[in-house]
Amino acid sequence: MSLARHGAPSDTVYSMITDELDLDGRPNLNLASFVNTYLDPNARSLLTSNLAKNLADNDEYPALLSFSTRCVSILANLWNASPSQTAVGSPTVGSSEAIHLAGLSLKRRWQARMKSQGKNIHDPGPNIIMGSNAQVALLKFARYFEVEARVLPVSEKSNFCLDPEAVRENVDENTIGVFVILGSTYTGHYEPVERVCEVLDEVEREKGWGVDVHVDAASGGFVAPFAYAGAGQKWNFELPRVKSINVSGHKYGLVTPGIGWIVWRDEKYLPEELIFELHYLGGTEKSYTLNFSRPGAQVVVQYYNLIHLGFGGYREIMENCLANARVLSRALEQTGWYKCVSDIHRPVNNNNNNNISNVAGKIKSAVEGAINEGQEEKETSAGYTPGLPVVSFRFADEFKREFPHIKQEDVSLLLRARQWIIPNYALPPSENHTEILRVVIRESMSFDLLDRLVTDIIQVTEQLIDHDEVDLSIIRKQSRQRHPNRKKDREEKQQGKDQKKESVKEKVEDGAKRLERGIHRSVC
Amino acid sequence: MVHLSTIAHEDDVVNGKLADGISKAHLQLINDDDSFTTSIYGSKFAAKDLPKHEMPETEMSRDVAYRLIKDHLSLDGNPILNLASFVTTYMEEEAEKLMTESFPKNFIDYEEYPQSADIQNRCVSMIGRLFNAPIGVEDDVGAVGTSCVGSSEAIMLAVLAMKRCWKNKRIAEGKPWDRPNIVMSAAVQVCWEKAARYFEVEEKLVYCTEERYVIDPEETVNLVDENTIGICAILGTTYTGEYEDVKAVNDLLTKKGLNTPIHVDAASGGFVAPFVMPDLEWDFRLEHVVSINVSGHKYGLVYPGVGWVVWRSAEYLPQELVFNINYLGADQASFTLNFSKGASQVIGQYYQLIRLGKHGYRAIMSNLTRTANYLSDSLAALGFIIMSKKSGEGLPLVAFRLPPQEDRSYDEFALAHHLRVRGWVVPAYTMAPNTENLKMLRVVVREDFTRNRCDSLIVDIRQSQHLLEQMDRESIKKQQEYINKYNTSSGKATHNHPKFRREKHSLQGKTGKTHAIC
Repeated sequence: MSLARHGAPSDTVYSMITDELDLDGRPNLNLASFVNTYLDPNARSLLTSNLAKNLADNDEYPALLSFSTRCVSILANLWNASPSQTAVGSPTVGSSEAIHLAGLSLKRRWQARMKSQGKNIHDPGPNIIMGSNAQVALLKFARYFEVEARVLPVSEKSNFCLDPEAVRENVDENTIGVFVILGSTYTGHYEPVERVCEVLDEVEREKGWGVDVHVDAASGGFVAPFAYAGAGQKWNFELPRVKSINVSGHKYGLVTPGIGWIVWRDEKYLPEELIFELHYLGGTEKSYTLNFSRPGAQVVVQYYNLIHLGFGGYREIMENCLANARVLSRALEQTGWYKCVSDIHRPVNNNNNNNISNVAGKIKSAVEGAINEGQEEKETSAGYTPGLPVVSFRFADEFKREFPHIKQEDVSLLLRARQWIIPNYALPPSENHTEILRVVIRESMSFDLLDRLVTDIIQVTEQLIDHDEVDLSIIRKQSRQRHPNRKKDREEKQQGKDQKKESVKEKVEDGAKRLERGIHRSVC
Repeated sequence: MVHLSTIAHEDDVVNGKLADGISKAHLQLINDDDSFTTSIYGSKFAAKDLPKHEMPETEMSRDVAYRLIKDHLSLDGNPILNLASFVTTYMEEEAEKLMTESFPKNFIDYEEYPQSADIQNRCVSMIGRLFNAPIGVEDDVGAVGTSCVGSSEAIMLAVLAMKRCWKNKRIAEGKPWDRPNIVMSAAVQVCWEKAARYFEVEEKLVYCTEERYVIDPEETVNLVDENTIGICAILGTTYTGEYEDVKAVNDLLTKKGLNTPIHVDAASGGFVAPFVMPDLEWDFRLEHVVSINVSGHKYGLVYPGVGWVVWRSAEYLPQELVFNINYLGADQASFTLNFSKGASQVIGQYYQLIRLGKHGYRAIMSNLTRTANYLSDSLAALGFIIMSKKSGEGLPLVAFRLPPQEDRSYDEFALAHHLRVRGWVVPAYTMAPNTENLKMLRVVVREDFTRNRCDSLIVDIRQSQHLLEQMDRESIKKQQEYINKYNTSSGKATHNHPKFRREKHSLQGKTGKTHAIC
């Protein structure tokens, strides 16, 4: 495809492109993604009118810059940055950029420490610890910045999250830090930040290695502070070991794609040699980003959301999302066909892992209950296991015994025909015999829509029960015929020929367990 | 004539006294919470400061929030008078509409938005062909490319790829691979310094001289050693817009039998040179050029947020840097530093490419070249020294400085400040190191800079100059300080952290070079 010799009138091109874009899915029915898709008309209007503004051009757009400073400040406060320290932060394009920046500062601090102790920084070289449920950006950081990724296996016992005891076993003096994820993308569980910090404290006492923590709160950073359930533990700058936190503004920050945030608890954790200064018309700008010129409109909308919704508004929305997620979880479990792997609908008492937070949770709910007295009794998330508004579910064991020929993938496929996008994928490597279906409840998932979803899931499952194996194999075959198109994808061209043959072979053998080969599932 | 006056009643005398009068005035200011408001400016929010540090406890109605934010944003500059930036500030209404409709689309979500992904592939293909990329029949030959947030990301990716290719080669040869370096001009954009710093590659700089503002091919090639991961050549430096001689570097490499890859940073020039100077060989026609980046949001004519990087073939993009992501059964390979991002800009780019076609781009770039020529000639007539190239031999920008004159009491920065007061943002820079602190002014000619506006600028430059000539050194200094402090945003800025000011590790910190905004 080459650039046309002559152009075409703007309205013609507009219609052509719009028509073509109709083939894209409907953002609202995409339950696979955390990325926000709804904007109120005013937010949309702000976004449009600031479309041409370049966030990097601070001299030209000072108001834009002041909004970004305010957002950073608001987030730092929201995450309990200590007033005695000077928190610094920056807007990013998304959490990926934020994670690269956080990781790089961890690496530089480690290098400086090792150099000051006269130790070798190349052999054996730095490493970083994360759970195998980590999002691809975390692994990318390790690969691109040449840090060994110590990806620790997760288990059912650790809620498919980072296991603090495994951290203890894997940490050494070359560990630049630990990535802890607030809100695993697989099951929505919060990783035990507080416990990990305790373990690292013990390690420091015993061996003298001070290992810092970066909290990847891409999704949870805008959920945990607002939900009555909190995070069930300390997770933010309250913990001295947490040196930086990132969040995606375009997830539960309720902005459209293209905005993330990173905050360091104090300026001293941001090594000076990473900052570049730009002189411009007599003033100076310092910059620590991987991107330079980039749109600034998302920052405006983030600020709009923060002041328009306020703490109360965000709380209402997050509570609604969590309540809807509980409704869906209960509905699914009540069918007897499904079992939820996520825990947000389970009262906190039944959960072994969160004993510490029980008391706090109870007190909190009692207090909140008293405040809400007189108003209509409304159930909050306070009594439930904290987590992201995510429902991960799988076939119940009895169901599997009874209908061994039904594959979970079929549910995903048939729902796709009804416009719902609900991905089915294997849990992280050590647990990848379990496949889960995952629904992300976003702001725009109303109760009414949820009702339709539950009906559709039940109908689809009934349909599967009614059909025998032969019919089902036809469905699968049809879905596979979609794949030839995908082979054209740009990325496959990038892979060597051999690699390609291999991947085709894999596809036939088993569609699910490819994570070991560096294929990452679950998009966020 | 007498004034008829009433005799005051006793009550009035008592109550009307001024001392008591204060208590009599019943102030009836509303202090209620607004359940609804007369107008936004009658609401309690208009009387309060916008929240700056802490999230407000309660909500604010959305029209109030909208209006207050919009009002605050009106303090931003007028993009049309900003002649400092290459970044696009004008797009057609239809393009804006398309982009607005695509806000909620997450670009990386290929399964959900397959058309958006497809549109990216088409853009990569068109841009690759524009740069004469080799087109393969089979899958593993032929150019590959991707969209980015901007040229910075593109450059980081390119550096990463070059570094990894070099490392793999060194490992295969059994040689050490811990001291990589990269050869580039001292006039590079800051992101090159960043890329080198962040990925731990040593910078080998080719310095400019007072007469030469681009790299010297000979000197460049001489800097190459076995640890060189690649050479960066700039198609249109941000200072003077001059194209670096990529062909000469390429030919020298061939002559010396070296196999060092060249990356062309065509952030600005990539959408200009192919249309205005189609015969200039700078792209994949040269055998050593392995990758090229271009900013869609500069002369690609899209709003900020899109850049492109194209590699000659997949072999220059090491497998281990590409992450495969499986999402709903669709395998996708990703080589980006950012992940989720908006799809609007890519769609906007596609719109511009098919809307304008080669003919449209050529027409726009030709007009820009004409305007730049006109401005150059006019400024030369005013006595300035023109440092940029004319007639398409460089980017459509005009870099100029004052003629050397001992007794002049003002410099380029003073002139820039005066223009600033008149609304024009014309930046003054200190050139790259080793050019004896050469100062210069730069006007970027963008799509929306018409001949008419160009005339107003010339008039204002002349008037500012007149004014400055009538002032003595002392008052100029005072006035400059005043303008700097109160009339520029950066002068007023409070966001710059003192700890990170005056760093000494970058070219700027070391040599006083100022980075041109791009």
